[in-house]
Order: sequence, then structure tokens, then C-alpha cells
Amino acid sequence: MEKKYWQSFGELNNSEAFQKSSKDEFKEDLPFDEDKGLLEAKTPRRDFLKYLGFSTAAAAVAASCEVPVKKAIPFANRPEEIIPGVANYYATTYVQDGDAVSVVAKVRDGRPIKIEGNELCPITSGGTSARVQASVLDLYDGARLRFPANYTSSVKGKELTFDAADKAINEALATAGNIVLLTSTINSPSSLEVINQFLAKYPGSKQVTYDAVSYSGILLANEACYNKRAIPTYRFDAAKVIVSLGADFLATWISPIEFAKQYSKGKKINDASPEMSKHIHFESVASLTGSNADERFLHRPSETYAIAVGLLSVLQGGEVSNIKDTKLIAGIKNAAKALADKKGEALVVCGSNDVNTQIIINTINEILLAKDKTIDWSSTYNVRKGVDADFAALVEEMNTGTVGALIVIDANPVYSWLDKAKLKSGLDKVKLKISLSGKADETTQLCGYVVPSHHYLESWGDAEVKVGHYSFIQPTIYPLFKTRQWQDSLMKWSAATTDYLAFLKSFWATKLTGTNSWDKALQDGVVMNSPLAVATTFNSSATNLALAAVQNPSSGIELQLYQKIAIGAGQGTANPWLQEMPDPITRATWDNYLIVSPTMAKTLLKIDLSNNGQSDSYEVNPPKKVVSIKANGITVELPALIIPGTHPDTVGIALGYGRDKKVGKTVVDVEGNSIGANAFPFAKIVNGTVCFDINNVELKLTDKKYPVALTQTHNLYDTPHGKRTEVIKELTLAEYKHNTKVVLEEREKELAAYGGVADFREGGSIYKPFDKPGIKWGMSIDLNSCNGCGACVVACNAENNIPVVGKPEVLRFHDMHWLRIDRYYSGDKENPDVVFQPMLCQHCDNAPCENVCPVAATNHSSEGLNQMTYNRCIGTRYCANNCPYKVRRFNWADYTGSDSFQNNQDELNNAVHYMNDDLTRMVLNPDVTVRSRGVIEKCSFCVQRLQEGKLKAKVASRPLKDEDVHVACAQACPSDSIIFGNVNNPESEISKARKDSNRLFYSLEFLHVMPNINYLAKVRNKEEATKA
Amino acid sequence: MTIYRSTTKTILFSALLLLSVAFSNKAVAQDGKALFNANCASCHKLDKDLTGPALMGVEERWGGSREKLIHWVKNSAAFLKTGDKHANELFNKWNKIPMPGYDGILSDADINAIFDYIAKGAAPAPTDNKAAEVKPVEKSNNNLLFGILTLILAIVAFVLINVNSNLKRLANEEQGLASSLPIPFWKNKTYITIIAVALFVTGGYLTTKGAIGLGRNTEYQPVQPIFYSHKVHAGVNQINCLYCHGGAEGGKHANIPSVNVCMNCHKAIHEYTGPALVDGNGKEVNGTEELQKLFKYAGFDPKNANNWNPNDAKPIEWVQIHSLPDHVYFNHSQHVVAGKVQCQTCHGEIDKMDEVKQVNDLSMGWCINCHRETKVQFKDNGFYSIYEKYHNELKSGKLDSTKGITVEKIGGTECQKCHY
Repeated sequence: MEKKYWQSFGELNNSEAFQKSSKDEFKEDLPFDEDKGLLEAKTPRRDFLKYLGFSTAAAAVAASCEVPVKKAIPFANRPEEIIPGVANYYATTYVQDGDAVSVVAKVRDGRPIKIEGNELCPITSGGTSARVQASVLDLYDGARLRFPANYTSSVKGKELTFDAADKAINEALATAGNIVLLTSTINSPSSLEVINQFLAKYPGSKQVTYDAVSYSGILLANEACYNKRAIPTYRFDAAKVIVSLGADFLATWISPIEFAKQYSKGKKINDASPEMSKHIHFESVASLTGSNADERFLHRPSETYAIAVGLLSVLQGGEVSNIKDTKLIAGIKNAAKALADKKGEALVVCGSNDVNTQIIINTINEILLAKDKTIDWSSTYNVRKGVDADFAALVEEMNTGTVGALIVIDANPVYSWLDKAKLKSGLDKVKLKISLSGKADETTQLCGYVVPSHHYLESWGDAEVKVGHYSFIQPTIYPLFKTRQWQDSLMKWSAATTDYLAFLKSFWATKLTGTNSWDKALQDGVVMNSPLAVATTFNSSATNLALAAVQNPSSGIELQLYQKIAIGAGQGTANPWLQEMPDPITRATWDNYLIVSPTMAKTLLKIDLSNNGQSDSYEVNPPKKVVSIKANGITVELPALIIPGTHPDTVGIALGYGRDKKVGKTVVDVEGNSIGANAFPFAKIVNGTVCFDINNVELKLTDKKYPVALTQTHNLYDTPHGKRTEVIKELTLAEYKHNTKVVLEEREKELAAYGGVADFREGGSIYKPFDKPGIKWGMSIDLNSCNGCGACVVACNAENNIPVVGKPEVLRFHDMHWLRIDRYYSGDKENPDVVFQPMLCQHCDNAPCENVCPVAATNHSSEGLNQMTYNRCIGTRYCANNCPYKVRRFNWADYTGSDSFQNNQDELNNAVHYMNDDLTRMVLNPDVTVRSRGVIEKCSFCVQRLQEGKLKAKVASRPLKDEDVHVACAQACPSDSIIFGNVNNPESEISKARKDSNRLFYSLEFLHVMPNINYLAKVRNKEEATKA
Repeated sequence: MTIYRSTTKTILFSALLLLSVAFSNKAVAQDGKALFNANCASCHKLDKDLTGPALMGVEERWGGSREKLIHWVKNSAAFLKTGDKHANELFNKWNKIPMPGYDGILSDADINAIFDYIAKGAAPAPTDNKAAEVKPVEKSNNNLLFGILTLILAIVAFVLINVNSNLKRLANEEQGLASSLPIPFWKNKTYITIIAVALFVTGGYLTTKGAIGLGRNTEYQPVQPIFYSHKVHAGVNQINCLYCHGGAEGGKHANIPSVNVCMNCHKAIHEYTGPALVDGNGKEVNGTEELQKLFKYAGFDPKNANNWNPNDAKPIEWVQIHSLPDHVYFNHSQHVVAGKVQCQTCHGEIDKMDEVKQVNDLSMGWCINCHRETKVQFKDNGFYSIYEKYHNELKSGKLDSTKGITVEKIGGTECQKCHY
């Protein structure tokens, strides 16, 4: 298992810069001029005395001031269910475009401050994603629209009352002619009824559904094959073999939280049953799902069709044609063989938006007998229902002038439609344009009337994310601004007599009976109807047509537009937490960039990563070379990042950037320019659907450079070169099956000098370990099911008031995340295996940080917590330097109090200040201290939750149970990779997890720091050994 | 002398504390009085009408039927529906204010105990409350006297030294010995040194003391918007602290009651008839006028009592007295419910204060001291059953069972128990 792992190419090559940076955690020198002595420096002794005198005097003046009188104002009439200081939890539903996730909102003194998954929901079973976790911050977004406004009058954006707006709009609609309701996918049954009533009121009106990234390909293919324009439920948990053709199903494809949960079930293995699913992935640009695959094969985007056909052909006993790459051909054959072996337990999915490709995928799944086993037609998804051709037709209609009025609900085509010019000219011809969006997005800015809608946390509603799976929305806070949910607006305009809430209740009155009462439904948040058995018959004539429409691979350079897990198609751009979350694959924050492969880097960027000097200058210096990308008559300039796992002739650009300034302060950089470039205009329509794979791309290196805030080279371990087997452990399924104790044996070898594994704790030191008489907290992280999605990172941000530091600070290595997800490569440099390792404070029982603190600000608790006391900390940072895991974070600036002395903070960008206005501060967790400048902070194991859980048990006079304590990261995890609990209790989940698996290891165990976090080794479902 | 005084005080205080603990524990064993105080006293007195009627002789008035009474106490609304004449008359007489139901809160035995207590009626006050009436030894302040004495002695000493040196000089002159010119004392280096050192030490001491005292507000007794007397409510009328400060049981904050809680009783009580109230400046306070202030906040018209709408109320802006810094996490329910600590332990004898003042300095040292000394409910609370080691050591005698398991022993003095 002497496998070589690397986080950066510098590490792979053991370059000088890497060696230097791994020695020093803090790379900046003190702000003194180097060549002069301390006394001659900018701040000489006399100045020092002046400052000392001033601060003493200031302190004396401040101290002699009277203590301010504090008021304690109780409720006038306290609602029964609210006890100030005690959080209430309300089940509701996160809705964004067509996505809907059943969640529980934690409301503290009237403010929602945290979103958790709803464990009663059978789709997600309590799992969340980074975007769901971050959605609470959108509620307090200062860029939200605050009142209805009229942009058609002489005073642009004049505030209207709702009555005035309704009157004006009702009058305008009456004479408007053809009305079009342009919506994103709406999966709420009651809202669809509201829309139907509106459409009935205005004859000739219609609804057009528009999705920024649509699933037209799958919808139309299913219509052709099964006569159903719908997406069936995929069952990754029932699949023993999963083959994905570029479907990023763990990050962005259809229902990623559900799929992550299912996928992780196939990855949960233990010594008793060492069996797991096999995942083979074909892709062009490195993706999260591809990085988790057991085997990954790279191809050109234009080869997708050929691969699908090849797969089908091999399954039918034929050969692969139209593909030249021998590795790829072998991969297809390999995948076909694996699939054929597991008929009925195999699943093929494809991310392409091409109808013919999807028809072929359907055919393959038919051959594999997937129907009713890994593909379930009894319940279909309502997440994306838009078909690109519908919207294209609408654009034509608008241009011919036959559309009288356009009401836009949650759709933003002006940003995300490929032909912006034509759309805009069409919009100009529409007389009456009304937007019901909550934000001044690109489309809303072109509308005459704006009647802003609520955030979902202020709304009533329902959602049917899958047929028969209902989820309810209830408000958790009184509307912050003068907004009104769009259903109410539509009802006002269709002369309805009731409001939406009354309508919603009566809508459900007949459907919810007996135990499923309205109150119960709201309390649980979800209601299930038993699925209907649906007979589907496969129409094979579609396959023949699809096979006849041959698509030949192109030969030039190709561009693939993809979605990032945090940003999506632009949903996360205005959210500081999501912008600052490092992308799992590129580890970049705050930016859009061009992804190129190491091979292409040699020719395009003149950077050879196996050349030490070149890899250092690329990796150490944040400014990256800027490339101009030309395709479809559009030119865009973006910095280039070299990401292995990308096809040599393919480049990738993320969607969702290049937003308009009015969308939020975080979509612009320090200079006020919008971050990144909008890649949607590159897309083109092929065979009636929008295609995000673009051929014939011209790339040109410019002489410009642009800094990208990467976190990959931060927090390097000072371990012997390439020896990361002590940090992460990985093995193949074959090895594991052969000997389940292989990890244990390796640990024995590592610790032999200290008495072996059993004796290591006591025998490794001359000191006896301290007693933990009651509770001892511990965490277990399964590297095999962790897919690196980053939900835990954002959950940790929200729970622990972790500041947003902004791009300039990330560039200076000042990122503050308590929990980071390290990305390790191994194997083939072009197409490496990837391991993700969540790294947080290990709460060492023999912590090196504790010994070096001169003021005992960090010390150990009798429950095994490594405690951090901010008020004692004087900021020497000795602890951070002495931490082998590099998880301690220093507050270089007053990030959360930066509004008090704004000019006293250098280089903090507007995102930081934005997080500090009174509105955004409402998201802070009042149980967690907001840290000030000059102190160290780090993971506390969510100590506020531990204390709360213990108190719950004490009040009930019973021992602590597992369900009393949930740390934020474990609760957010969609793949149940993190287990937390009391190690002293042999019945707890964590004790069982530790006892059950021989894959257990501790990171850097030989240091004898005795971490309280253990990991379970990653297992890759490969036959050959992992030796590189 | 001082030492002796403070010891007496400590002893008295702990005796008081012990007695009050013993007293409160009795509620468990169907103590009619305790049950009455905890559940009924906020609306009923034995000899006087309050929100509800005086309860002396209630059984006779109800025709001696305990059964009916128990039904009424458990669910008065349901009992009214049985059409009982007396009950309905009573209900109408008392402005149709319903009595809250105690079903599930009080058992039949509890209610019986309460009526037994009522039947005993004006039995003499229990003796175990006597200690509470012992007046704390008055604190005299001799500091000024000592100071004046010291000053006089210092001046006398100074004069004597000068006289002595003058005499010495005269004697020397007499004998013809050479003597140096006298140095005035303000130029005398010895004096200067002594004074400088003395100033430095006192200055340092005062600065340090002042710095430590920053943000500590012992004895803080602000004027409140309404002269609300805890003595009248919690002391004289024996209203349970948790009736108003219910948050102390369920959450982090004890919570100042909202206006509707005040109005639960004061819808019926419109004037103050108790002993005279005196504020901190010795001025007499008219209790009935103070009640008018409350009614103004509540938007309540005593003449039109039945039409009061709680939503008309405006919150009262009380002045916060006990406040901890933001970086301290303090949870009332942890102390009151899990720790079974009496309110008075931290807040002082609040039931004897007309105007509340802060008794303890609420400093970290004060918290920690208590955590070092206070025992947790080690045997009674099931949570601590997991501390097997301590249980065994207590059994084997390795741990002193009289000392018990203190909060410190289970980690109660660690940083991250209060700071996170």
C-alpha cells in the first residue's frame, strides 16, 4: 500500500516551494521592514510609547464611563409556544426553481437561523446540501426587493402599495391581449391550481415553463420510449453496478441529495459483508461524481453519443465504433461487461441533454432489466418539467409581437438563455411585463411592474417533488419586507375572493383525512401517498431512429459548460457562504475559471506540471494565466486552472457567474466588476434541445494574469515527502475481501516501535492518559461514503457563526472554515483517483496545541474536547503552528465586527462588510460567541449542542442518548458519513462503528496525539491493487 | 471582630438556606401548605378574596362535598356544565373568570391534602419558618473611625519625630557638637520615598480593584418603571417564583413576565391594601397608583374589566439588573431544574426586597467557587448513572460521600462549560 498521494503538483514533484510552504503555517512576516532593526522600523520605540500612553488613557476614560442602563423588555402578550431563548423547530420546504427539499427550520426568538433536513422525509431522510444549508442566509439578503414598484412611470422604480399595484396591473391585464406566465418548474400542486384559475380568467393566456438547465433530453426521450414526458425515480441503492455518462448525480443532476443518500448505501461496507456497488464514470471535465467513481474514463463531450451506442452495441454482442481512444474503448467494454454481469441490479444514467443519446440509454436500461428494479416508474420527478423548444417558441412569438403581457415567476431567462439579443428584442415588443421575483435579477430589471415574492421561509405552500410525495411550506418568520407571495398576487389578479392560505387549506381539506390532518401534515412537513403501480411499455422503434441519427465526434478543442455544486446555474452566486465554500474539485472560491487538463496546460499555458519550476510558479502564485475562449461567435476571458481528470482536448467553464450587480454584493469583486463570465451564451440548440457541449473552440493565451483564491495549497502537512498513507488510507475491494484486517496490520506496522495498536495509548508515552469518567465525545468519518459535497462545510458556517472573509483574505490564506475537505490525488497524473477527507479539529487527547499555549487559552475537557477560550487567547498562534492537522484558524481582522471601524480593516472586501449589516447579522447563532480580531478559533464539536443535549438528558433524569446530540456537520451530511456520540457508552452508534470495522484508522496516529476523530479507510471497487 | 461577624453571617445564611431547601423538598410529600402555595396562592388566600374567593370554609359552602370540589379543581369548565348551582353562582359572581384546570397536574391525593390544609385554616404559622425571621446582624462601618484614628496617630508620630529631631539638634548645639542644617520634610528623601511607595501601592491596588470591578454591579438597584415589590408578591403572598419567571424552568433565560401574566391576577386586584411600601429614598409609595401604571401599559380599564384584550398591551421597559457578559453562556434551567439550586442562592433574598438589587457580583470567581462547593444531584439524577467510576468509589469509600460529587468533579469548572 505504499501509494503516493498528492494534494498539489508541487507535492507530487517535491518542489522547493512545496517544501518551504509545508514548514510554515503562517507565511507572512510581521509588518516591519526587514532590512532595518525593530527600533528603526516604521513603528519605533517612541511611537510605541505614544500608543501605549494613548491606549492607557483611552482605557481609563472608557473605564470611568458609567455602565450603560440595559433594558429588559418582555413580550406584551407572550405567545404560548415561545419561550425566549429556546429554539422552536418548524417543518417547511426549501424550494428553488423545481428543487424541493423537506427541511426543518430552527427559529430562535422569531428568527430562522439554521436549516436542518427533515428526517421524516423518505426522499432525503434528513440529508441536505450546501445550497439548502445556505438558503437561510438568502432570507437576510440585503439585495432582496423590498416593495412593489412601477418602472413604467416617469419615476423609475416608484414604490407602490399592493392595492395600487393590483389596480394598475388588473387594468393593464384586462386589455393586454395574450398573456404568458413564464415560470420555472413549479412542483406545487396548489400553485398549479392557482395558475390554472388565472389562465381560465384570461382566455388565450398560457403558461410556459423555462428551466435554465433543462432536462428536455430525458423528458423527450422518455416520451418517445415510454409515452411519458417524465423522469422516473432512479434507485442507486438497488444498483450493484452504476455507469454514468457525465451525469453528475451526486452534485447537480435531478435529485442529488436523494442520490447521495442512495449511493452511500451501496458504499457502506463492513468486515462482515465486504461487498459494495461499482461505479464506472465517463466524463469530459472533472466532476464531483466522477471523482468518486471507482473507475473513471475520459472522453470528448462529442463522443457521448458514440459511447452510449458503443455500450449498447457491446451489450448486444457487437463492437465499439466511431471511437479512436483505446483506453476509452477498453473502458466501454469493461463497463458493458460489469453491467451484463449484474442484470436487474445495474443502472446507466447520462447527463446529456440530447434526446437520441437518452433514448439509447433507455434502451440499454431495458436490456439490463432495470425497469422496476433500479428505475422506478411508479413515482416520477417534478423537479424539471421545462422543455427548451417551448421557450424557444415563446421567444419567436414575442418577436412577432403576439405576446401582450408576460408575467415572470422565478424564471430568469435574460441571464440564462443562450440567445440574449433575440430574447431582449422580443421582450421589448411585449407591452406589459410583470415580475414576481424576490430579487432584482436580470429579467426583473426589464419588467415594468415588480411585485416581489416572499422567501420560502416567509411563505405558505406545498411541493410535490416526486409524484405522491408531498412536502409542506409554512412561514417561520413574519415577512421582513413589503413582499407578497406570488400565488397571492396571481389570485388577486384572477379576482379570487380568498387569499392563498385559505385556498391552500381548502385545497388540502379534502385530500388530508383522518390521521393526515392539515395540522399533522404541517407538523411533519411531509405526506406520502402510496405509489401507483404504473405499467410502462418500451417502444423500440424510437431506438432505431436514435441509432440512425449518427453523431460523429469532433476533432477540435471542445468546451463543456457545467454546474458547480454550490453555485448551480446561478442560484448560489449571491450567497457569500456558497461563494466562499471551496469547490470540491478545484478548491477555488469566489471565482469562475477555465478548467484545462495537465496535458493541455503544456501546450496552451506553457506550464509543464512535472517541471518543478513551472509547477511552483503556477501553484504558489495566485495570479493565473488568462485565456481567451472563442466559440459560437462569443469571446470570453477567464483565468485557467489545471485540473487533472479532465480530457486533454476539453475545457470546462462553470455556469452561474457573470451576474448583474443588482443580484447582490457578492456577485461583484472589490472593484465592482461582476465576478467571472456568463457562459450561457456559449450554449447552442442542437436537435431542439439546449446543448452545453460546444465544438470548435478557439483558445488563446493572453498575457494577462488574474488571481484565483484557491485553498488547495493552504494548510499543508509537514510530513515526509509523499507519505500520506498516515493521513489517509485507501484500499481496493479485492484487497479488503482478501484480508479485512489489512488496515489494522498496517497500523500495527506503523506503531510497532511504540508497542503496537493495543498498547499504543498507554505505552506510547511516559504520561498516563487522563480519566474521562462520564462522557467522552468521539467522531467517526467514513471516507468510503463521503463524497466531498461540502454540505457539512456550510452547515458548520451557519451553526458556528464562522465569518465570511472574502476573496482577498482567502488569497492571503486567511480562510476561516473550521471544517475543510481535503482533496487527494493518486495514480495517473492525467486521470487520478481522488479521495476526499473532511478535516477538522481532531480533539486530540494529547493535543500538541495545548502544551504550547502560554496563557492556557486552549486546554482539554474531561469529556475529551479540546477547548478554545477566546477571551484568554492573546493571539500568539503557537497552537496553530504546532497543530499537525492545520485546523486552527486565526482572526486576522475583525471580520464580524468590521463595520465598527471600517477603514481600520485593510483589504476586506464588500462581502465581509455585507455580512455585517444588521439585517444579515440576524442569521447569527446567539448561543455561539462571535469572535473578535486576534484570537484563534477552531472546531468545537458544536459544544453548544452538546451542552444542550446533556441538559435535555439531565432535565429528564436519564443517561444521554445518541439522539440528544447531533453535531451540525453530521446532521447535514446527505451520505451519513459522519457519526458522532459518546464513546464511553458501548451501546452508542459511534462505539458500534468503531468496534465493527477493521478499516478504522486515526490520521497521523504515530504522533501519539490521540485524536478523538477516527476515519474509516476508503475502499475502491477495483480488482487490481492500488499500487501506483 | 469582623471575622467573628462574617462567620456568624455565613452560619446564619447557610442555616437559612438549609431550612429553605428542607422546606421546599417537602412539597413532594403531599404537603398541603406547600401544594397550596405552589398552585393556589397566586389567586387564592385563606382569609381574603384575591383573584379568586377566600378559601376558608370552602367545604362548608360547597355542602361538604370533597368529590365536587375535586372535580371542580381538576376541570372547572366541565363541572360548570353539570349545572351545579353553587358553582355557577360562584362563576358569575367572579366575573366569569375560569379557574385553570389542574387535571394531570395535581392528583386526587394532592387536592385532598390542599383541602385538609385549608380546613385546618388559621392554624399557627409553622415553626420551621421561624429562622427566616431572624434579622441578619446589622453591618456597622468602622472604617471611617479607623481612618481618622490612623490619621491622628500619623500626625502625632510626625510631630513627635520632628520634636525629637529638634530636641536632638538643640542638645547637640548645647554640647557644641556640629550639626547639619535641618532639611524640610518635603525635601527629605526618606519621606519622599515612603510617600512615593505608599502612593504607588495604594494607586496600584485601587486601579486593579477598579479594573476587576469593571462591569460588575453589586448593589445595583435601579429605579424601575413600576414600583414592583417582590416582597409583596413572593414574600407576603407566597407566589411561586416560577409562576412569573417560568422560563427558568424551560430555558436559558428566566424571563421577565409579559403583561398578560401580570394581568392574570391584576384583572381582579385593582388596589394595594398591604403594608406601606417605601422606596430606596425613604419615600412612601402608593401601591394602588403603581397598579394604575401597570393598567396603562396593559391598556386595561378596571371599570370595564371583562372587555380587556391582551393584545392591547404595550411591553414594560424594565431595567435589567442581573446581566452577564455576552461571552458567558448561562442557562437557568440547568441550575434550577437539573441542579435544583434555589433562586435565592444567586439573587439573594429576593422575597424580602421591595426594590430588587444585585446581591452577588456575578463574577467568574464567584461562579467557580460555587461550582467547586456545590454537589450535583449525583444519586438522584439518572444522567449521572453513567459515572460508574465515581459511583464505585463512593461505595468503596475512596471518595468522601459527605463531600459528594461536586460540579467541579464532573467538569463544571472547565472553560467550555460556559464559554463557547
